Amino acid sequence: MPADLTPAVPALTIAGLRKSFGSNEVLKGIDLTVAPGEVIAIIGKSGSGKSTLLRCVNGLETFQHGTLEVDGQALAQDNAAAMRALRQRVGMIFQSFNLFPHLTVGKNIMLAPGLVRKLPADVLLERARRLLERVGLAEKFDAYPDQLSGGQQQRVAIARALAMEPMMLLCDEITSALDPELVGEVLAVVEALAKEGMTLLMVTHEMNFARKVSDRVIFMHQGRVHEQGPPERLFADPQTAELRQFLSSLQ
Amino acid sequence: MAVELDFAAVLSQWPLLLLGVAWTVGLTAISASLGVLLGIVCAWVASQGPRWLRPLVASYVELIRNTPFIVQLFFIFFGLPAAGVRLSPEWASVIAMVINLGAYSAEIVRAGIQATPKGHIEAAASLALSRMQSFIFVVLPPSLQRVWPALVSQIIIVMLGSAVCGQISTPELSFAGNLIQSRNFRAFESYIVITVLYLALSMGARLLLNRLGARVFPGAHRG
Amino acid sequence: MVEFTLWDILRNLLFAARWTVLLSLIAFVGGSLVGLLLLIARLSTHQLLGRAVAAYVQLFQGTPLLMQLFLAYFGMAMLGAQTSVWTAATLALTLYSSAFLTEIWHGCVLSISRGQWEAGQALALGFIEQLRHIILPQAGRIAVAPTVGFLVQVVKGTALTSVIGFVELTKAGTMITNATFKPFVVYSSVALLYFLICYPISAYARSLERKLDAR
Repeated sequence: MPADLTPAVPALTIAGLRKSFGSNEVLKGIDLTVAPGEVIAIIGKSGSGKSTLLRCVNGLETFQHGTLEVDGQALAQDNAAAMRALRQRVGMIFQSFNLFPHLTVGKNIMLAPGLVRKLPADVLLERARRLLERVGLAEKFDAYPDQLSGGQQQRVAIARALAMEPMMLLCDEITSALDPELVGEVLAVVEALAKEGMTLLMVTHEMNFARKVSDRVIFMHQGRVHEQGPPERLFADPQTAELRQFLSSLQ
Repeated sequence: MAVELDFAAVLSQWPLLLLGVAWTVGLTAISASLGVLLGIVCAWVASQGPRWLRPLVASYVELIRNTPFIVQLFFIFFGLPAAGVRLSPEWASVIAMVINLGAYSAEIVRAGIQATPKGHIEAAASLALSRMQSFIFVVLPPSLQRVWPALVSQIIIVMLGSAVCGQISTPELSFAGNLIQSRNFRAFESYIVITVLYLALSMGARLLLNRLGARVFPGAHRG
Repeated sequence: MVEFTLWDILRNLLFAARWTVLLSLIAFVGGSLVGLLLLIARLSTHQLLGRAVAAYVQLFQGTPLLMQLFLAYFGMAMLGAQTSVWTAATLALTLYSSAFLTEIWHGCVLSISRGQWEAGQALALGFIEQLRHIILPQAGRIAVAPTVGFLVQVVKGTALTSVIGFVELTKAGTMITNATFKPFVVYSSVALLYFLICYPISAYARSLERKLDAR
C-alpha cells in the first residue's frame, strides 16, 4: 500500500542491531526499515526477542551494537535530552496498561503534554476530552484507573500515548492481559489508528488481527528476523520450517 | 494508707497547660512538614540520586536511627555551641526533631518507592518525562500513599518524643508539667494531667493525619 | 581542676554504659514476660480482657515514655514505697516494652491463617494447647526480626531514665560535661557508644528479616 509513496526518510531504520542481557544475546543483528504510515505486526515465540526489539526503539532497553534511526534522527542512548525528544515522537502501549493509579483518567492523559510540551490548561483539557471521545470513553474523564475494566484501561493508555501526538506507536502485546471478551474493543481502536495512517509497530499474538490490519508481518525467531512479508502471503505460504511450525502450534 | 489526689491544683493552671499544648502542636507541625520533606529528599537520593551522596545519606539515617533522641537534642543544644553554633532551646528542638524524623521517614518513604511497579516508571519514560518529573509526578504520590500510615505513626512518635525538649527549657507540654509541679508540689497529679493531654494529642493527631491522607491521596479510599 | 583526657571521658562513659545495657536487658526480658501474658489475654475468647489489653497498648504507645517514667517515679513515692530510680526505671521500661512487644506479637499471630486455629480445634486441642503447639511456633518465626528490632528502641528508651536521675550512659555524659566543659566531645562519644550498642542489633534484625523474606 504505502510502497509507491514512500518518501525519502523512513519512519524507522534499524541496522545491525545486537542486544545482550549479560552473556545472553537476545537480538542477533536486526535490519529493518519501516515506512511512514506502515503497520507492522511482529510475531514469534516468547523469548524470540520481539518485545526487546520494540523496547529498543524508544530506549527502554539499550543495545550494544548497530544503529537505530527514528525519522532520520539517530538514537543517542546516552543523551537524556535526545532520548526525551525521541520519546515525544514514539509512543508506547504496554501489556499491563501502566496507567498511573493516583491520577484520574483525564489527568493521566494530560500529565505528559502538560509537563513536557508545557501546553496551556485549556488546550490540554480539550485534547484529553477529544481523545477520550475517540476511544469511546468520554464519560470516564474523572474516573480512577482501578474503576475501569482492563479493556477500558488499555483504551485510556492509547489515548494517553496519542496525547503526545507521536508519529509512531509501539504496541507491546497490548491485548495479552485482557479477558477475551475485552480484546475486541481495544483492537478496534488500533485498527482505526492504522486506517488514519499512524505508523504502528505491534508485537501481537492475535494472528487474525495481524492478518487483517498489518501491511507487513515480521516473524522473529531466536533473535533474528526469520521471515517477513505481506500477511496474506506469510500466513498462506510460509517459506521456512520454523514459521510453519509456529503457525501450526497456534491452531 | 490514704492517698489524696488533688487535680484542681493542676487544672487551675490551665493557661500554662494550654500554652504547652500549643507549643507541642506547633513544634510537631513544623517538624512533621520539614522532617517528611527531608525524608523524601533522602529517599530520592537513596533510590535514584547522585551515587556519591548515597553513602552520606545512608550514614545519616543509620546514625540517627541508632542513637537516642535525647542525645541528639543534647548534642545540638549543648554540644554545637562549642563548635560555634549557638541555638535557642526552641530552635534546637525543632532542628533535632526535623533531623530525627527525616531519618526515619527516609527509610519509610524509600520502602514505598521500592514497591513502585517497574511498568509505571517505564510508562513515564515512554511519555518523555524526565527522571525528575517521573519521580515527582509518577513515583512519589503512590509511594507516599502506600506508606502514609507508617508516616503518621512516626510523626506521632516524634511528637511524644518531643517531651524531652522540656529538659532544655523549650516551653512545650512536659515543660508546663515541670513548672506546675514546682509551684504546687503535686508532681504526680501534674504529670497525670500532662500524660492525658499527650494521649489526647496523639489520638487527635492520628485522626487528623488520617483524614489529611484520605484527602491528599484521593485514590486512598479504594486502596 | 583535673584535666580530662579523651580516654578518661570514654572510660567513664563505658563504665556507665554497663547500666544502659543491664537496664535494657531487664526491661526487655521483663517486657517479654509481661507481654506474653498480655498476648494470651488478648487472644483469649474473653472479650473484655482483649479490649483491656488493647487499651493498655494504646495508653503506652500514645503517651511519652518520659511521662511514664515520671509517673512511675512520683507514683511510687506517693504510695509511700521506698523510691529508687532503679525500681521506677525498671518498672516503667518493663511496662512500656510489654505494650510494644504484645502489639508486635499480636500482629504476627494475626498473620497466621484462621484455618490453623480451626485445625487445632478440630484436633480437640484446648486454647492454650492450640496457642503453644500450633500458633506460637509459626508466629514466632515471623516475630523474631521485629522483636530484635524493638530491642534497639528499648536501648534508646533507657536514655530517658537519665532525666529521673538514673546514672546510665546519657546521665554520665551530662555529669562528665559539667566536669569537663567539653560538651561537643562528650556528647559525640555518648552518641558513638549508643551507636556501637544499637547498630549491630539493627543490622542483625535486618538480616533476620531478609532471611525470612527469602524463604
